Amino acid sequence: MPGPIGLMIWFLGTAFELTFVVCSLARKSFLRYFFLNLYVLLSTTVSIGRFLILFSYGGAESDQYMYFYFYSDALLTLALYFALISLYSHILGELRAGEYVKWVAVFLLLGTAGFTYAVVAQSTQRLSTSFAYELSQNLYFVGLVLTYILWGAVLKLRETRTRLVQIILSLGLYFSGHAASYALMNFSGRYSLIQYLTPALACFLPLSWSVTMLRHSDESRLAPAQLVAVPR
Amino acid sequence: MMAVLIFVASLATLVMFFVSYCRSLVASSSRHPLSAEVRDVTGIRTVATAADYARVVQLLRLCPERQEDRAGLQAVGIYYSWLTVAQRMLAWIAPSLRSWTEHEQACCAYFAAVTLDRRIAHSREMLTHEAEL
Repeated sequence: MPGPIGLMIWFLGTAFELTFVVCSLARKSFLRYFFLNLYVLLSTTVSIGRFLILFSYGGAESDQYMYFYFYSDALLTLALYFALISLYSHILGELRAGEYVKWVAVFLLLGTAGFTYAVVAQSTQRLSTSFAYELSQNLYFVGLVLTYILWGAVLKLRETRTRLVQIILSLGLYFSGHAASYALMNFSGRYSLIQYLTPALACFLPLSWSVTMLRHSDESRLAPAQLVAVPR
Repeated sequence: MMAVLIFVASLATLVMFFVSYCRSLVASSSRHPLSAEVRDVTGIRTVATAADYARVVQLLRLCPERQEDRAGLQAVGIYYSWLTVAQRMLAWIAPSLRSWTEHEQACCAYFAAVTLDRRIAHSREMLTHEAEL
């Protein structure tokens, strides 16, 4: 069972997720950022589902909770990939590269699924132990690489939309924090302070997206030269 | 081995994204003109300096907090501390770094002044609203 700190982070994360959806609706940006909202709504549903299963089936060690946790995590990662691809569409939209983005997305999904299947086929005996951590670490690292490429595109194309820039940077922070904390868990042991890091990061993403939605409109612009450390 | 490599690469990108995130926060407030009141209180005329940051943060502590400001201020506060450390530790290696860090710190000070401006405006709005009730 999670302790009081874990539960508090859990509730805060769910509250921030709902705040983001409310902010999107209030700023009339729900459809514009549909896949981000879809991911956040899915994450809220999964969070409530995990909470119910945790208290119905007697703790985090139960088979029901473990299966629900890992399957829902895979589903959430998939939804986050869609959200990331939708951000690619926003950035590359003016280049009329939408068709290419769709194909790359399909290729990427199939590739990730194939890679995952290959790893699962080789490690079925340790499916519910360290394998789950390694898999999550790899998936988040792929997400991090994709976000890094997207950030490169933002700088190259001199993107000025404040909202998009901050949404992408928050996602980059989220992916790199997750990948780092999972990797740290893999070589330092799971039952330390790091166990709070992952849910705390999950709080950060909807919070920072909500603040971005509230503070900036779609028309807000910033100078691209101010984003790079060394002015070009 | 794989986990260590991923950890190092993730940590490097974490720092890179954090710095870029802070720079985007600071950049988004750079076009916001300061009110005459804030200019008087902070002593910032048109351009802030690195030394203004500490004074503006002290003034910010006197104002009622706004929930949506807190995360951004904390992030920029950490960025400012990193710049201070970078200035002290690395400036003697690369002197050009000194002027760059000072410029960045000045941008952080301007961001804090804009936040102060928003907090004052928000407090005033609340007072007006309460008076109407």
